[in-house]
Amino acid sequence: MDRLKEKIYKWIFTLLAFASLFFLVGITLTLFIEGLPAFQEVGFFDFILGQDWYPTYSPPDYGILPLILGTLWVTIGAVLICVPIGVGSALFINEIAGKRLKSILKPIIEILAGIPSIVYGFFGMVIVAPFIQKLLNLPVGLTAFTGSLMLGIMATPTVCSISEDALSCVPRSFREASLAVGATRWQTLTKVTFPAAASGISTSIILGMSRAVGETMTVLMVTGGAAVIPHTFFQAVRPMTSTIAAEMGEAVMGSTHYHALFGIGLILFFITFIFNIIAELISRRFRLKLGLGR
Amino acid sequence: MRKQVTQNLGFGLLFLCITTALFFLGTIIYFITVRGVRILSWDFLTEVPKEAMTAGGVAPAIMGTFYLTVGSIIIALPLGVACAIYLTEYSPRSFVVNIIRMSINNLAGVPSVVFGLFGLAVFVKLFGFGVSVFSGCCTLGILVLPQIISAAQEALLAVPQSYREASLALGATHWQTIRSTVLPTALPGIMTGAILSIGRVAGETAPILFTAATFYMRGFPKSIFSEVMALPYHIYALMTEGTHPEQQTQIAYGCALILLFLVLSISAAAIILRQRQRKGYE
Repeated sequence: MDRLKEKIYKWIFTLLAFASLFFLVGITLTLFIEGLPAFQEVGFFDFILGQDWYPTYSPPDYGILPLILGTLWVTIGAVLICVPIGVGSALFINEIAGKRLKSILKPIIEILAGIPSIVYGFFGMVIVAPFIQKLLNLPVGLTAFTGSLMLGIMATPTVCSISEDALSCVPRSFREASLAVGATRWQTLTKVTFPAAASGISTSIILGMSRAVGETMTVLMVTGGAAVIPHTFFQAVRPMTSTIAAEMGEAVMGSTHYHALFGIGLILFFITFIFNIIAELISRRFRLKLGLGR
Repeated sequence: MRKQVTQNLGFGLLFLCITTALFFLGTIIYFITVRGVRILSWDFLTEVPKEAMTAGGVAPAIMGTFYLTVGSIIIALPLGVACAIYLTEYSPRSFVVNIIRMSINNLAGVPSVVFGLFGLAVFVKLFGFGVSVFSGCCTLGILVLPQIISAAQEALLAVPQSYREASLALGATHWQTIRSTVLPTALPGIMTGAILSIGRVAGETAPILFTAATFYMRGFPKSIFSEVMALPYHIYALMTEGTHPEQQTQIAYGCALILLFLVLSISAAAIILRQRQRKGYE
């Protein structure tokens, strides 16, 4: 009797454990089923490399190059902000702050990582955009730069928190050995601790990038939403995520527009998928390098 | 001597980094608190919106966020804990388990708007649940699943191996050991994970954009198959729709403050709890 029960429980858990695999496959399938028609109807290269996105004109244009470039610009800007500040903060928390300060700062950063993206979007719209408009004398404040700035601030706690985890994985003996041979704390930090944690830190950067690429509400509210190929940071752009969010409500189900939005989702999915796999491979190597096992 | 100067410069630079980060984040919280407090009142929390969203309160949005959060946790928690139990207690180190691990990690990285697309195509359209509380809960549930799984896994792995051995040595079966020894010990850790994901779900906007949320309702949702208002979506709608930007921005400040307060206090509670537990194990 007991044996049978044990077996049944094991099977139930096995089945439930497959749920996340099932959902991942489900999401992939859905995106393919609903997104592939766009590639067929518009043509693969016209879709990806088309320079005009006018889905509601007649005849409509479904070129998503402006959207891809919008995402690219905003992400690059965000990374330039969140990586130095985030990694620098992590180094400060791990290497300089004393035990007491660290036990305060680390949770604060983790809590701040939970601020909802809509709050960043709202703040960017009502405070930052008008400020930037006035400061730089621009016609509008809703630009790629505003988006980068908000995304950068938003991703900073994430990058900091994960980098700090990587730094605290570096064994104490590494630092002690370096200090023992007469290196200063700064030399130890730059020549020993940082290189040892470098691949863990790069994981945090990739995850931060992945977050910036996939972020929706913030960019929807602060980048201005013009689907044109950007030439400077101070003009409005329309990243991929915000295009989906803004237009899905109006797209008629089954229309080319509807499929095109799923097609954009499919491309987004692949971008973040690749980021995640790279991050995972790097972090696996990192753990092996420090002898932490899997 | 020069070494000392470099060190001071370097440390100063790092100090600058953390102050910049905290300054920006502090500014956001400061502005929203100061401007949001002005509109906050008992009526704002308990009334329904009036006069084309220019007056009244945001009670339906608060309740909507509550329904969506509770619903999605009800869906994700059992599934996530079961998955974590399989991975830590049953899993033979095999190819299949690696695939499950990979898919959890990747699911965690999928952009939230893509979850929204999935919810729209599957729950709203294919299963015919429509734009509803239920569709929203399912979508959000899948979104937080990876987070719950990894929190539960961490909690289960922290249970000392000797507990399991002691239980098995007394003649308990594998399942009895899990149910009466491992799960109760890991429960606090699992709960903090669940609380953290509540904070995440409460603030998500993109996944409910086309699966659950609506801008305006006179009252509260009648069933799990009706649309809801939700705080984060309400902020977005107030800023982009409607005809009275002045008053609407004020209301949006109020909503942002409520949301920020909710999310930050929930995650603060969870993170402080977690820190205590980690200390407990050491």
